[in-house]
Amino acid sequence: MTEVTNVSERLSSAHLADASEGMSYLESLPRKVVTTWMPLTLILIVLLFPFYWMVLTAVKPNEQLIDMTHFNPFFVVGPTLDHISELLFRSQYPRWLWNTTYVSVLATFISLIASVMAAYAIVRLRFSGAQTVGGLIFLAYLVPPSILFIPLAAIVQSYGLFNSPMALVLVYPTILIPFSTWLLMGYFKTIPFELEECALIDGASRLQILTKIILPLAVPGLISAGIFSLTLCWNEFIYALTFISSTENKTVPVAIVTNFVDGDIYHWGALMAGALVGSLPLIILYSFFVEYYVSAMTGAVKE
Amino acid sequence: MTDATAIATTAGGRTTWERLRSHRDWLGFWFMAPAAAILILFLAYPLGLGVWLSFTDAKIGRPGHFIGLDNYDWLSDDSVFWGSVFFTCFYTLVASSIKFAIGLYLALLLNKNLPFKALLRSIVLIPFVVPTVLSAIAFWWIFDSQFSIISWSLVKLGLIDRYIDFLGNPWNARWCLIFANIWRGVPFVAITLLAGLQTVSPSLYEAATIDGASRWQNFRHITYPLLTPIIAVVMTFSVLFTFTDFQLIWAMTRGGPVNATHLMATLSFQRAILGGSLGEGAAISTAMIPFLLAAIMVSWFGLQKRKWQQGGDND
Repeated sequence: MTEVTNVSERLSSAHLADASEGMSYLESLPRKVVTTWMPLTLILIVLLFPFYWMVLTAVKPNEQLIDMTHFNPFFVVGPTLDHISELLFRSQYPRWLWNTTYVSVLATFISLIASVMAAYAIVRLRFSGAQTVGGLIFLAYLVPPSILFIPLAAIVQSYGLFNSPMALVLVYPTILIPFSTWLLMGYFKTIPFELEECALIDGASRLQILTKIILPLAVPGLISAGIFSLTLCWNEFIYALTFISSTENKTVPVAIVTNFVDGDIYHWGALMAGALVGSLPLIILYSFFVEYYVSAMTGAVKE
Repeated sequence: MTDATAIATTAGGRTTWERLRSHRDWLGFWFMAPAAAILILFLAYPLGLGVWLSFTDAKIGRPGHFIGLDNYDWLSDDSVFWGSVFFTCFYTLVASSIKFAIGLYLALLLNKNLPFKALLRSIVLIPFVVPTVLSAIAFWWIFDSQFSIISWSLVKLGLIDRYIDFLGNPWNARWCLIFANIWRGVPFVAITLLAGLQTVSPSLYEAATIDGASRWQNFRHITYPLLTPIIAVVMTFSVLFTFTDFQLIWAMTRGGPVNATHLMATLSFQRAILGGSLGEGAAISTAMIPFLLAAIMVSWFGLQKRKWQQGGDND
């Protein structure tokens, strides 16, 4: 509170009369429109415009895409599903979607199991050196894939996993585990010790405690970690680009950049349709779990 | 030690306590094993291997020989490499500061008493959720030289008479990439700072306002000091991820035109994976490590120190 008194001392002479300033609910409507709604609308338009453009291009017939004098490019006359059907029925897109889903789900599953065990051990078993291990895991979070992909390419090749989705399934957890472990550590800390103590007295083993007491109570944490992991896998680009070379094994982000882009303007519709369809699963998933997602994002940073 | 140890002591006596204690490390080991195995095998080991590879002349599919500092020597005379170092630093500095400014502003806007608060917050997050590469492609199309909607609008408004060559001119391309990076990064900064803002008690602002504090003083002396720890964390992450960015550049320009937009990450990909010389690429990645450490130190300790000074003022 000394902060506030300092302010008041420095100020007491000048603006005492203007007490309404700073209290948003006392703001007049015109002022609120100018200081809040206008900038907010502007920012939201800029943030959303690329999606509008993506959707618009995906349903626009080709002749309207390249003719900007007779058609206003901001709107579409007679939308078409040609690009999307071309994508789904005349390209390998379904195959890429399947690859992405399969890799993401498996990697998320592996990471969740490993993270739950690691987080439980660090927070509740408190083995010697648990603090250090927790710190190391946080450091692992700060190691970016951009400096790991070259040595990993060599390792993946020497294990004979090159061009195999299994390489991604094994490598993605390195991105997911540090994050999920930190998130889950936060959740586990909030579960009262007494519950575990009772179970210990009743003769439960540590594994039983974990599966029957801790996990049911940490479901929100598991959902957050799971969604965040799925998003990260779906997003991942550099490893998938490096380790996968054949078209049928690619994931959606890589396939769109490498297989649809050949400088031909007529591909724009399909390209945008591909980007749209590739984003939809995440947007749908996220719209159901937005609260968990936000708590995952902010909670992990707050740690 | 309020955990199981204490319980075991009361419940089972000395022997149980000892057994549990010896079990504890053992159990800890087994519980840590899956995570540790993955992280050591695919994170710690590659990190070391990367540094080692940078001292060799390894090619794809052929293990290299130790050649000392030759790779670095070669890079130090390579203007493309220094260009990428310059652009990486420039990109990180400009994009991170603007992301911070807009993110903080947006967080302050969203923290006001608004209708549809939850809806607004979800909309703001969308750029963060959509895969970067896919939104980068949308930007690529927006910045197309022939069919750019921005050029079209500006021409219609009579502001310019020729279409802008967004991605074909080095500086235009650089600013376009920075813009796309900011666009993608703002939601993360804003939503995280918003979470921090919501923990600030409104009574502080009320007290200050009654004492006659202006809007700016409210921000400067209440919001900012209370938000400093979370700002430190957010900016550390933001700087880190901007510095090591890859996807955006690869999807939009692939380092062109004439290598003007290569970040160190994209350059190392081009040299190591496309060019096949793993050693040289590894040297570029390894050269990123000191920069990364410096960036983390500056944003972390810089802000921590300011927080400490603020605390010092208070006492």
